Amino acid sequence: MNEPLTLFDKLWAAHEIVRRDDGEALLWVDRHYVHEGSFNAFSQLKARGARVAEPGLTFGVADHYVPTRGSRRIIDNPDIARMVRTLEENTAEHGITLIGLDDPRQGIVHVVGPEQGLTLPGLLIVCGDSHTSTHGALGAYAFGIGASEVAHVLMTHTLWQRKPKRMRIAVNGRLAPGIAAKDLVLAVIASIGADGATGHAIEFAGPTIRALSMEARLTLCNMSIEAGARSGMVAPDETTYEYVKRRPYSPKGTAFEQAVEAWSALTTDDGAEFDRDVELNAADTAPIVTWGTSPQDALPIDASVPDPAREPDAARAKYLREALDYMGLMPGTKLTNIAINCIFIGSCTNARIEDLRAAAAVLGGRVSKVPGLVSPGSSAVKRQAEEEGLDRIFRDAGLEWGESGCSMCVGMNGDVVSPGERCASTTNRNFRGRQGPGARTHLMSPAMVAAAAVTGKLTDVRPLLAGRKV
Amino acid sequence: MDKFIRLTATACPLDIANLNTDQLIPAWFLKLPRSAGLGTALLHDLRFDVDGRERPDFPLNQPAWRDARIIVTARNFGCGSSREAAVYSLYDYGIRCVIAPSFGDIFAGNAVQNGLLTAIVSDDDAATLMGLLAEKPDQPVTVDLEQQTIHCGDQTFRFAIDSVRRARLLNGWDNITLTESYMDKIAVFKMADRARRPWATPSH
Repeated sequence: MNEPLTLFDKLWAAHEIVRRDDGEALLWVDRHYVHEGSFNAFSQLKARGARVAEPGLTFGVADHYVPTRGSRRIIDNPDIARMVRTLEENTAEHGITLIGLDDPRQGIVHVVGPEQGLTLPGLLIVCGDSHTSTHGALGAYAFGIGASEVAHVLMTHTLWQRKPKRMRIAVNGRLAPGIAAKDLVLAVIASIGADGATGHAIEFAGPTIRALSMEARLTLCNMSIEAGARSGMVAPDETTYEYVKRRPYSPKGTAFEQAVEAWSALTTDDGAEFDRDVELNAADTAPIVTWGTSPQDALPIDASVPDPAREPDAARAKYLREALDYMGLMPGTKLTNIAINCIFIGSCTNARIEDLRAAAAVLGGRVSKVPGLVSPGSSAVKRQAEEEGLDRIFRDAGLEWGESGCSMCVGMNGDVVSPGERCASTTNRNFRGRQGPGARTHLMSPAMVAAAAVTGKLTDVRPLLAGRKV
Repeated sequence: MDKFIRLTATACPLDIANLNTDQLIPAWFLKLPRSAGLGTALLHDLRFDVDGRERPDFPLNQPAWRDARIIVTARNFGCGSSREAAVYSLYDYGIRCVIAPSFGDIFAGNAVQNGLLTAIVSDDDAATLMGLLAEKPDQPVTVDLEQQTIHCGDQTFRFAIDSVRRARLLNGWDNITLTESYMDKIAVFKMADRARRPWATPSH
């Protein structure tokens, strides 16, 4: 009998080319996604006079700098236009397929990869973006890398890594109506901390995870990095195969059947050991919002902003004071009394079709008290939402229906939250200045953002769902 | 890549936990090429107010620490975004070593690619070091990578670093040159893997 292995052990072993005595291994890369921000790596390539080793396994997607409001034909800001053009030039020069600004498949790389069937179970996927952990939702080993590693992958299609430790986050219990994957993952991060999973690869497991849709799993794995884990993953199952089937780049016919046979071995064996086990009961989870400047600063919506004066630990009290000062919040304020200035629905975390449906279910027949932008995760998501009439619901509520890109999650394309303004956002980071200099971000699920739009303040979405189909 | 063996320099305490890469270099600087020099972008929104004036109370703006080449800070330094420009901005400012109880995984990987040492100490030692520097800002700190020690005044602290990263920093090794010596093994793996996992190649 072989030693029982975790899903992650199996994925790692399948990609190990060599392992040195010092413990570092050279790993084969199956998919490499590049975007406008990858220009530093292409510069390194040029400086060495090197070529891309595997252009057929490398895909470019324009997302970080593309306009998401108004016309996309002309980009007014020359620096932003140059970023988009440089990606076009670099991919063309090296024979890399580009899903560019004008491509009907364009969108956020972490939405497009799974959508196009480029992301598959069993693959090792890298991209110069920390939210590459998203792709682990399909049972892949996917992680974000820096520019030098991007250059290394471009030149060799391999990467040196030391094997991370293994963490299992097991979730039991039924998710109540109005509670989403975002609430689950914020609860996990609040519980283990923003560095709780540093040095680990997370596997999300348990009956609650098995019952989640692919979209929900993508949200969970996306936020793994906010707990410090470079990768998060879910073992592939029928939900995965159903999602992958008939995608443009996925295996077809008998090749697909053979693939499913191989993928079905990608589960954690009974008795396999993890370096750390965390358990969570989904039934205990309430809608969660963040109040501070780290994703770990998250509380159930019926709680109040912490009071530094009641904090016995001096360092923690200092942290709370600084966070509240930046966020413009008084200690002890009930979260439901926090008024917002704007909302944003978008990003690689929460802009897939299910996310838009969840927000629309709350907004239908209602009006937003604040302005806001809805940016679909991909152009394909945008088309589907329009077929379903969701765009009308958002527009009728007074919100802007935009184009797809990273948009106001990171503000690189110029779509930012104004200084001092407070945004209810479906994104992944409430860091200082993340959505623009001086912007104040509260992270929450799409349904919770919709609820905040309807009332103009942070709000428990559940009463607003009464009598509605969700 | 420059080697890192031993450094004696001014060290600036930054008692901020979870100092993420969005703080180290705000997103709007990321359009700039490395050749522009990213030192002025380092911690931009913490060093400067909205009108671009220095915030005098921020440690790096205080006369004793302006020319620091070492930063001592709290846990989870460099968490968040994978932007390697966070390391470039530190390096271009003149920082060669960051001492902290823990680092974001991607940041720590990026640091070693650029000759920046990430030295791991306990929470208590980081707090003690920051306390010593607050008391006597201009006392030099010596970081010795061979010995894995930090000297400050009459105190010595041990630090941890991954053995491979240590060797790379001590020797100034470059990963790509190393990998080129494995090209045959990569080619063999690729052939066998294509047969083993035919579904792993994109179909179109």
